[in-house]
Amino acid sequence: MAAVSMTVNGHSVTADIDPRTLLVQFIRDNQRLTGTHVGCDTSQCGACVVHVDGKAVKSCTMLALQCDGANVTTIEGLATGGVLHPMQEAFREHHGLQCGFCTPGMIMSAVDIVNRKGNNLDEHTIREELEGNICRCTGYHNIVKAVEAGAKAMAGSGMKHAAE
Amino acid sequence: MYAFTYHRPETVRQAAGLLSRKDDAKLLAGGQTLLPTMKQRLASPGNVVDLGKVAEMKGIERKGRAVVIGAMTTHAEVAGSPVVQEAIPGLAALAGNIGDPHVRNRGTIGGSVANNDPAADYPAACLAMGATIITNKRKIAADDFFQGMFDTALEEGEIITKISFPMPGKAAYMKFPNPASRYALVGVCVAKRGSEVRVAVTGAGASGVFRWAEAEAALAKRFSSKSLEGVKAKAAGLNADIHADAEYRAHLIGVMARRAVDAAVGK
Repeated sequence: MAAVSMTVNGHSVTADIDPRTLLVQFIRDNQRLTGTHVGCDTSQCGACVVHVDGKAVKSCTMLALQCDGANVTTIEGLATGGVLHPMQEAFREHHGLQCGFCTPGMIMSAVDIVNRKGNNLDEHTIREELEGNICRCTGYHNIVKAVEAGAKAMAGSGMKHAAE
Repeated sequence: MYAFTYHRPETVRQAAGLLSRKDDAKLLAGGQTLLPTMKQRLASPGNVVDLGKVAEMKGIERKGRAVVIGAMTTHAEVAGSPVVQEAIPGLAALAGNIGDPHVRNRGTIGGSVANNDPAADYPAACLAMGATIITNKRKIAADDFFQGMFDTALEEGEIITKISFPMPGKAAYMKFPNPASRYALVGVCVAKRGSEVRVAVTGAGASGVFRWAEAEAALAKRFSSKSLEGVKAKAAGLNADIHADAEYRAHLIGVMARRAVDAAVGK
């Protein structure tokens, strides 16, 4: 066993874990934050995307121990005071989901895209940047619309870096 | 994943010590290859030495006519570096097209080069640009470093600390990504420095990255994609699998090389 400490959605957490614990296992099983999903478990689908020190990563392809001292934000960390984050709201408004399994990863990736590329995103950029997120329901059309609208809404709400 | 003991050194010296003292130890860089491999139980090191806190292995600096990149520098950092973008824009573009954004936030140049995946992008850049692989023990020319599929000149206990890229006059990398995995089905890097032209091919060779001598000779006469018309890569020694046969890969080498030259001259 090994000790690990990190900040998850603003809370300091410490645990004694098996070194082979993946970050996604730590988030789901240890922290009981089950919004982060395991889809493929082979670093392809992006359902497990979270932010580590402000950068989007696939939490199935990182050891929890590699996050020692890090600041982790999951989908549960986006909404504040019961109000959805603008990107979450945009996914709801534009129906950017069907079954919803990929949605947490899509939204965490989308917020990361806005953090890196700004609030005015064209369709080509969004589709290219969503390379690492797979949706098996929708064909991406409404997801792309949601990301575009969510990006603009983030500018209006002054929440450019809301996830961190 | 099988159980292992985890180590987190803070200097290259500590990491090298752990690597030599501990049985069956493996270095963990960005983990974008090693961790999936361990999850599939294709690798089961008894000791994992995480290089994530080794500060001296990070960073990018311009040293005279070279760009020196720390082994633990991520693909996203290379792609976004103003130093690399200005000095070797083709290298920044290559890094910005590896995997997906999340992989680029974790994967490192040192990990990619040390692994020498036959479909990885960085080995082509190292070979074409005549990079020097700097380890805790010595400096190795890229020509001597890549020795076959997943095989390199690295010895037991040797750690890549930096990679130095001499600035080419012109350079670019073009790849045809596998539509599913996005790994290079064929990737070609061309670099012109002074009168020397080097062309390196990844993804295609059965023994990993290699230089394409015929294209280099043709481009040395005149650095234009027109020089490559009629220069055909040989199918012998190329990979053939469910994704593409050797003849198709040979064809793609020519196409990617011409596109890379066009990109390098700004067409």
